[in-house]
Amino acid sequence: MDLSTTYMGLKLKNPIVASSTPLSEKLDNLKRMEDAGAAAVVMFSIFEEQVKREAQAIEVFTSYGTEQFTESLSFFPEMEHYNIGANSYIDLVAKAVESVDIPIIGSINGITNDTWIDYGKKIEQAGAKALELNVFYVPTNPAKDGQAIEKLYVDVVKGVKEAVSIPVAVKLSPFFSSMSNMAQRLDSAGADALVLFNRFYQPDFNLKTLEAEPTLHLSTPDEIRLPLLWISVLYGKIKASLGATTGVHSVNEVLKYIMAGADVTMVASAILKNGIEHISVLLRDLEMWMEEREYASISEMKGSMSQKKGDNPSVFERANYIKILKSYEPPTFSNV
Amino acid sequence: MSAVMKTLDGNEATAYVAHKTNEVCIIYPITPSSGMGEWADQWSSENRKNLWDTVPEVIEMQSEGGAAGALHGALQSGSVATTFTASQGLLLMIPNMYKIAGELTPCVFHVSARTIATHALSIFGDHSDVMAVRATGFGLLASASVQEAHDMALISQAATLKSRIPFVHFFDGFRTSHEVNKIHMLSDETMRAMIDDQLIFAHRERALSPNRPVLRGTAQNPDVFFQARETINPFYAICPTYVQEAMDKFAGLTGRSYHLFDYAGDPDAELVIVAMGSGAVTAVETARHLAQSGEKVGVVNVHLYRPFSVDHFIKALPASCKRIAVLDRTKEPGATGEPLYQDVVTSLAEVAANGELPMAAMPRVINGRYGLSSKEFTPAMVKAIFDELKKDKPKNHFTIGINDDVTNSSLEYDPTFDIEPESVVRALFYGLGADGTVSANKNSIKIIGEETDNFAQAYFVYDSKKSGSQTTSHLRFGPEPIHAPYLLNSATFIGCHQFNFIYKVDMLKSARKGGVFLLNSPYGPEAIWENLPPKMQKQIIEKKLEFYIIDAFEVARQTKMGVRINTIMQTCFFAISGVLPRDEAIAKIKQTIEKTFGKKGEEVVQSNYHAVDQSIANLHKVAVPAAVTATATELEVVPAHAPDFVKRVTAQIMAGYGDDLPVSAFAPDGTFPTGTTAWEKRGVSHYVPQWDSSICVRCGNCALVCPHGVIRAKALPEAAFAGAPQGFKTTAMKGKGVPEGTQYTLGISVEDCTGCGLCVRTCPAKNKEETGKRAINMVEKVTIQEAAHADWDFFAKLPETDLSLAKTDSVRGIQFLQPLFEFSGACAGCGETPYVKMFSQLFGDRTLVANATGCSSIYGGNLPTTPWTTNAHGRGPAWSNSLFEDNAEFGFGFRANADKQGEYARELLVHFKSQIGEPLVSAILEAPQVTIEDVAAQRERVAQLMLKLDTLNGDAKVAQLKSLAEYLVKRSIWIVGGDGWAYDIGYGGLDHVIASGRNINILVLDTEVYSNTGGQASKATPRGAVAKFAAGGKLTGKKDLGMIAMTYGNVYVAKIAFGANARQAIQAFVEAEAYPGPSLILAYSHCIAHGYNLEEGLDQQQLAVECGHWPLFRYNPLLTAEGKNPLTLDSERKEGLKFSDYALNEIRYKMLQVSKPEESRRLMTLAQQDVDQRWELYQKWASQ
Repeated sequence: MDLSTTYMGLKLKNPIVASSTPLSEKLDNLKRMEDAGAAAVVMFSIFEEQVKREAQAIEVFTSYGTEQFTESLSFFPEMEHYNIGANSYIDLVAKAVESVDIPIIGSINGITNDTWIDYGKKIEQAGAKALELNVFYVPTNPAKDGQAIEKLYVDVVKGVKEAVSIPVAVKLSPFFSSMSNMAQRLDSAGADALVLFNRFYQPDFNLKTLEAEPTLHLSTPDEIRLPLLWISVLYGKIKASLGATTGVHSVNEVLKYIMAGADVTMVASAILKNGIEHISVLLRDLEMWMEEREYASISEMKGSMSQKKGDNPSVFERANYIKILKSYEPPTFSNV
Repeated sequence: MSAVMKTLDGNEATAYVAHKTNEVCIIYPITPSSGMGEWADQWSSENRKNLWDTVPEVIEMQSEGGAAGALHGALQSGSVATTFTASQGLLLMIPNMYKIAGELTPCVFHVSARTIATHALSIFGDHSDVMAVRATGFGLLASASVQEAHDMALISQAATLKSRIPFVHFFDGFRTSHEVNKIHMLSDETMRAMIDDQLIFAHRERALSPNRPVLRGTAQNPDVFFQARETINPFYAICPTYVQEAMDKFAGLTGRSYHLFDYAGDPDAELVIVAMGSGAVTAVETARHLAQSGEKVGVVNVHLYRPFSVDHFIKALPASCKRIAVLDRTKEPGATGEPLYQDVVTSLAEVAANGELPMAAMPRVINGRYGLSSKEFTPAMVKAIFDELKKDKPKNHFTIGINDDVTNSSLEYDPTFDIEPESVVRALFYGLGADGTVSANKNSIKIIGEETDNFAQAYFVYDSKKSGSQTTSHLRFGPEPIHAPYLLNSATFIGCHQFNFIYKVDMLKSARKGGVFLLNSPYGPEAIWENLPPKMQKQIIEKKLEFYIIDAFEVARQTKMGVRINTIMQTCFFAISGVLPRDEAIAKIKQTIEKTFGKKGEEVVQSNYHAVDQSIANLHKVAVPAAVTATATELEVVPAHAPDFVKRVTAQIMAGYGDDLPVSAFAPDGTFPTGTTAWEKRGVSHYVPQWDSSICVRCGNCALVCPHGVIRAKALPEAAFAGAPQGFKTTAMKGKGVPEGTQYTLGISVEDCTGCGLCVRTCPAKNKEETGKRAINMVEKVTIQEAAHADWDFFAKLPETDLSLAKTDSVRGIQFLQPLFEFSGACAGCGETPYVKMFSQLFGDRTLVANATGCSSIYGGNLPTTPWTTNAHGRGPAWSNSLFEDNAEFGFGFRANADKQGEYARELLVHFKSQIGEPLVSAILEAPQVTIEDVAAQRERVAQLMLKLDTLNGDAKVAQLKSLAEYLVKRSIWIVGGDGWAYDIGYGGLDHVIASGRNINILVLDTEVYSNTGGQASKATPRGAVAKFAAGGKLTGKKDLGMIAMTYGNVYVAKIAFGANARQAIQAFVEAEAYPGPSLILAYSHCIAHGYNLEEGLDQQQLAVECGHWPLFRYNPLLTAEGKNPLTLDSERKEGLKFSDYALNEIRYKMLQVSKPEESRRLMTLAQQDVDQRWELYQKWASQ
């Protein structure tokens, strides 16, 4: 049985990739991911703001209160070297590349076409086989129109593509007026893959403290619908590979995504919840399912239920929405 | 001559050589020498090697006394070893210095000479410390400049190895240790050539070794001690020759020629000054200047003061010399003269007695004191001394540089006398500590010194506040080496980096005609003129100054530089001054930015680059009108109703005229009035708190956490608020025991606020309609200033809250007790002062404070003002600082006195029982005196007693009882200091005092680092934290002082953190004070030296407690008597919260993580174990 797949030019042994999670901060975990059968690992993301803020924080707080009082003109010794921002990340990528045989995909998270893009280059030099660019933007400024924001995405992809020669995947949010147009423009800008979708920061409110707080909740399988829709729609319409992320907990989601047209499926919440070894469970189940259904290869299955190849393309469109509404029957309250 | 030139300060120049030529450096921090130890530690942590290709070992000890002991041991067992110290530190080394010298042990102590504390502490420079060790047998070699400090560090090392006489190599604290100057660097080859390895081998041969055992350090008897002591004479006799040989060899290698006594000036001089240190440089330059116009004057610059070579000295004097003025930078009260004078007089007398005087007649010698505590010593003063020498009867034992109107010792001088050549560019910059002015100027001087052919010098002056402090930068550069160790008084360029200074500082007083004035102004080129004070307009017109402005804060805002306007103002300076072509200057600034910030990330570099580019675009030249148009009057320093002393003395110091105050202005014993910060109103923060009474829950948190006592609460009957200014806010206060109609109000003294924001962070009340706002919010001061002033004036005059509401058992209750510690100069957001304020509220009216040297003694007692104040009855803490090392003992002395005089008062009371009346006597003797009410009642009784005593007469003991009756009111003794004192230097004394069983209270403000001297590691520093002297991260765990104290069993011990549990902190203070024996409170004090925004200080305290690093507890021995466990654990650990979750929020830990991640991980793991083990131990003990 051939589980292999090609993802933005990378030949992978199977379609299960460990998504960007804090687990990849430790080399041991990377090894475990490889042992569990992951075809590749996307490293945790280095955030543009983190790179910038960390550098600035070190500068601000090592110089905070200095040259103010005669006896304490400074408070800290000067270090020879500061392994801040991207540097420690790059070191880790280099070590990861050395310690495992599966491809390591670096991940940078940012939105400005700025100096930090150079870190992409450094990640490449550290041996990463590809780069995942997690573009994450909450447009809070009402003066900024949709076109300007779309341009931001396109520019940042172009910027990164200019900086590196390894393949670049773009991880997106679904909130565009025209998702498929946007996908096409990113495709044209040089994206080698689109990863659908990122789960971006949505703060919760704490009613006790009356404060907004960041919360992390793990995905659930029923969250796959949105990415499933767009992978199905985009399959065959763009050159770029398609990566599916969000909600991959069991083989069912893996299969659905592949059938929608994903070249790879990415696991995050499932391994955070069940442990890294859960990857081997997914692979075992995948093989069992394919065996039962007599699929010889992933490529045979890939895109088989996409909008292009499925038996009912309109299911993905507005008409389908009407159909759902029609199917809706008010409950009968027999006891009334 | 070495081609390598560097621009650095005296400490670095000295440490460079010391680190290269030693195997072991034993260190302890003390201003102004700390920099040398810091460099040595940093270089060793970077694996920088010495001349013998090995990394010197750098070890911090618990005190200078400890350092000297360890050094003695290292030397005796064969190390080539050194130390760096000053002032009290050197004094603590004296016993070992006698030993080291007595055993003829080669070594060099590098000393940045500093004032010894007498009537007051001073961190600044003079020779009182080195003069105090002149009898130890150490050689004393003086350097007068940064270059000399570098060179003599090597010469002394060579000389000590050859002569076996140990040396103190010294240079003037601050003036040389902190002056930045461009010098020729010594190469390794030169250093190798100067140090003879054979002499090192000989030193090792003499060392203690079991392979060739000897005995040293014997005890000797009257029969032989004397003779044995005289054995060293030949070594001292030959030593000067060896020093000169080393100097000659050095001259051959470097081209820089020195002599034991260097003469300069007219070869046929008749009037000669003899001086040592940087003052000699000023004297030399002035003599040369005067000699050019035909004056027969000269100067002997003394390098080798001990052993004093009469022969070399006499030879250095010109035979034409008729009169000599010997200048001493020290004071020896009661002596026939200061030390150098006595040596000079003795030398001349001895030579004359032998008939060997080269002069025709015995010169007349006078002695003068100058430059104590870094008092300026200028060419004008030198000229006045030469002029004095010309008089028929020159004044002897004179002073220069001050106005002594008490004993009329001082000489007058003409301050306008100036010898500086036109070719020297002189730039003066006024800035705030926080705005980066000094950093910018340090960069500028490096650029000029290292990137151009110019010679350059910089010296920086800071005021004595730790927040909102003013800095003045004095920069000189020009084509010739700069020998001018005194401040600028005539500047070709003046930069004012803070607009409000134009109303406070007469900065253009020092501007030269035709000079340049650059002002950071919020007003544009059209509007600025009308906003200048009239005096400044006049100066600009009359001095024909070129006037430039830039709105640096706006540029900083646009370029995301925050309040750091350093890069912007630096760029403007280069753009205007023309020291380099503009493009080249900008390129150099950018190179420096890359060099300075590059390793901290490209982003920092880019934002600075951006600021540089924007600066030029926003720099404007102002067209200066022909006439003065402004009419505004100058601001008063203090209001007219301030006390006489404050107006006469304090205000003068505040205004920068302290140098002009005469001797008669001061009490002869160092006494000052308290309550003076209230007159200062520094107005350092643009953002201040504003109270929203409508949602306030009156919890008292804001008042409690305010480090500067700016926020106060009062609860008074409604009638008390009659006549309040319009808009004055109150809110009804209800509750058990609160009288009907009581109104609560919060007073905020906005001009004393430093803008830390802790009050906002701690406020629990949220605005329901706007949850981002609380009952106290930071607002721009200008928007509320006028009303805030009126409100505070009214608030301050309101009576204090009735004691029935002012409870000592809660945060809510304590807010109504008046702080008797207010408006200190501590850092914005200081984590120490809330504790100090707290005990001042609880017991301040009957407290004596013994304060160890450190941050708390500086914000508590550094002139011009003190935050210690009095209540409406004129009572308040009486405060004193003895030393750093002896504070526990000093405070213990307060107790001994209070106990003895209290006992005597009680004896007298009993003696007069029948006359006074038994009920009153018994009531006084049996009064409990635990609560505030108890104490108030006792005061009443003592007042009655005094009235009664007035009716008794004839008995001498009545006068005794009257004099001691105050001791019948319980006296609260507080011994306060930081962790450097309690854990390290003062630990022995602290241990003895807590073991005494006496009723003293010790408050340790634990910042886990030597904060005041700039962040050196103490034994309180936790494992894994980076500090100076622990540049590679502290390797050992934090000492558990609380546990050690608890093992005595009879010591009350508490560990508190007001940010985590303020109520527990208050409870600990009350219990500690009530405990009739020794009490020790360890108070977690977040600190600027932890490296994070102190607005988060309370959150970090909470995390420190919750992660288990700082367990809150109270150990009360009184519970043992009740059969209970004396240890109560007052905090719990939060599940899953690791030490690193707390620690890595702070730069002190984070910087190890980012610089040495593996080591950081290792130490963090061990630190977690420290926390776990300590917690387990405490938990077990508390649950028994």
